Amino acid sequence: MSEAILSVEDLAITFPAGGARAPVVDGISLTVAPGEVLALVGESGCGKSMTALAILRLIAKPGRIEPQSRIVFEDRDVLGLKVTQMRALRGAGIAMIFQEPMASLNPVQTVGDQVIEALRLHERVSKAAARDRAAAIFERVGIPDPRGRLDAYPHQLSGGLKQRVMIAMMLVVRPRLLIADEPTTALDVTVQAQILALLRELQNELEMSILLITHDFGVVNELADRVAVMYGGRIAEEGTRTEVLGAPRHPYTQGLLRSIPSLAHRGADLAEIKGTVPSLGAWPAGCRFATRCPNVFGPCDAEVPQTVSLSETHRAACHDVARGQPS
Amino acid sequence: MSNAAMGAAAKPLLKVEGLKTWFPVRAGVLQRVDRWIRAVDGVDLEIPQGQTLALVGESGCGKTTVGRSILRLEHARAGRVLYEETDLLALSRAAMRPYRQAMQIVFQDPTSSLDPRMTVRDAIAEGLRSFNIGASTMERTERVAELMAMVRLDPDHMWRYPHEFSGGQKQRICIARALAVEPKLLICDESVSALDVSIQAQILNLLGELQKKLGLTYLFITHDLGVVGHIADRVAVMYLGQIVETGNVTEIFEAPKHPYTKALLGSVPRLDLDQRGALAAAPGDPPDPASPPAGCRFHTRCPEVFAPCAATPPALIEADGRLCRCHLYDSAINR
Repeated sequence: MSEAILSVEDLAITFPAGGARAPVVDGISLTVAPGEVLALVGESGCGKSMTALAILRLIAKPGRIEPQSRIVFEDRDVLGLKVTQMRALRGAGIAMIFQEPMASLNPVQTVGDQVIEALRLHERVSKAAARDRAAAIFERVGIPDPRGRLDAYPHQLSGGLKQRVMIAMMLVVRPRLLIADEPTTALDVTVQAQILALLRELQNELEMSILLITHDFGVVNELADRVAVMYGGRIAEEGTRTEVLGAPRHPYTQGLLRSIPSLAHRGADLAEIKGTVPSLGAWPAGCRFATRCPNVFGPCDAEVPQTVSLSETHRAACHDVARGQPS
Repeated sequence: MSNAAMGAAAKPLLKVEGLKTWFPVRAGVLQRVDRWIRAVDGVDLEIPQGQTLALVGESGCGKTTVGRSILRLEHARAGRVLYEETDLLALSRAAMRPYRQAMQIVFQDPTSSLDPRMTVRDAIAEGLRSFNIGASTMERTERVAELMAMVRLDPDHMWRYPHEFSGGQKQRICIARALAVEPKLLICDESVSALDVSIQAQILNLLGELQKKLGLTYLFITHDLGVVGHIADRVAVMYLGQIVETGNVTEIFEAPKHPYTKALLGSVPRLDLDQRGALAAAPGDPPDPASPPAGCRFHTRCPEVFAPCAATPPALIEADGRLCRCHLYDSAINR
């Protein structure tokens, strides 16, 4: 897709494990179109956060992005940028918000000063004008008493307000792509609903693209246009929200969706995915889900499954899905 | 409080009445008590034998403190905790001991609940030893093997250390350890919240199976309404130290009455494709439990607030076979 704002091709990230390098992310490709929300979903250790960090080149040693990987943001080769160019790209081009706002805010600086600092890093404005802008942005993200709150320290704010401050800092620079890594996971459910509504509003208003990293299919349903499901460092299934949530084809996606408890399942046992995710470096040679898959057969243990197209937008990497498709 | 309102067919195993647990906030040079955080401020609960009560609410509502106060891990300043007929809060430490065997707890984070230097065998057998269950070391080891098989762990792994197990397996170890002393009541404090959804499903199924097999009674403390809907018979919704609505889980989830229960249920993102954008959140953040609002504690965020709410604290009253703490359902108050 040439019109994509972000395209990731064959991204591989390795970490040392038992003398060799184990791929935590194993050759994944994805694209995000302008104004689109792509959700990257999966359980702990599937590589979704690593993928997000790689896009901003924030993988710390001993982790390494392998040389064949390509990340293109607005026609720029991200992995080839100089450190100074990369710094300019972070923030104005691509911004990121994290799960734990407390860890992202400086505890000894007022939140107003932090927002003003971000603003003045990217624009030449006087302190007084920056303060006015910051107050206006606080108001926009729904912080009550915005002028007064500029002088608050992070510990004086609730979790929901801290996440609003993080969103305010992101708004200051109006990024074209927002990477939101579990942005509402640490919040209470009533506050989560407020933040989801705010993100949706701002995304429409700014025509911003979002790469949403989450483990929660409910959040995916609220925000995403398209969904990519990750397992063991690879993309198991990808499609529109309707395709993946409404008609999942990969046995992992199916299992995940069926294992979510709700009032609707009452009385019956939840569908389990048997076993646990193998540890890093202990992946099966073929399909990484083979050890837990209910549909496992002949080729699964040894051969890496090819991606099968199920529609223009829907793809799954599964031998069982492939044998059911007319070739 | 009628039996119909409590939905209690079976005799209650545990009954909590007027429980208050307050924490002092000290200030100044002399560290005098400046004010009190009323974490639990008059809570009544009833759990029939063999059933599951879910205590649900957001962070800081006091749900964990209720669980800890029942076990006397926190000091309650008022109220009664009746186990069968006995008021646990009135017992001496020595008299409390047999009840410590009857009630066990499983926490959220299995990694920090297990001693990293103790083998799984020793962790599970510790309770057996302290309650003198099993005549010999060998007998206790056999019992550990049985318990491990019961939670579907391989008994051959009993000599391993906690770090050799995954998060879900560690939680199974904690469950086996809690069940070792054959308790009647198991308090699960966010016991599945830290687990990935596929593993969470395994643990929820295991807990359901153990309840049937052993006739266990559960107090399930959680913030996850999906889990509540799946596992609980009855639910008690907590807000700022008080129960605001309690009754049968299906009735309450299908037709919540208290505006806070409505907000809570309305905020959960759904999986139905056509439910997108239908979230109905309560505005604002939960207030500081050290200075709860006067009148109804929810009135600052309530979309249905009216005249008496800011001034008069509502009582927990019966409404359609459940209990609800809201002026809307009080026939003595005119809207």
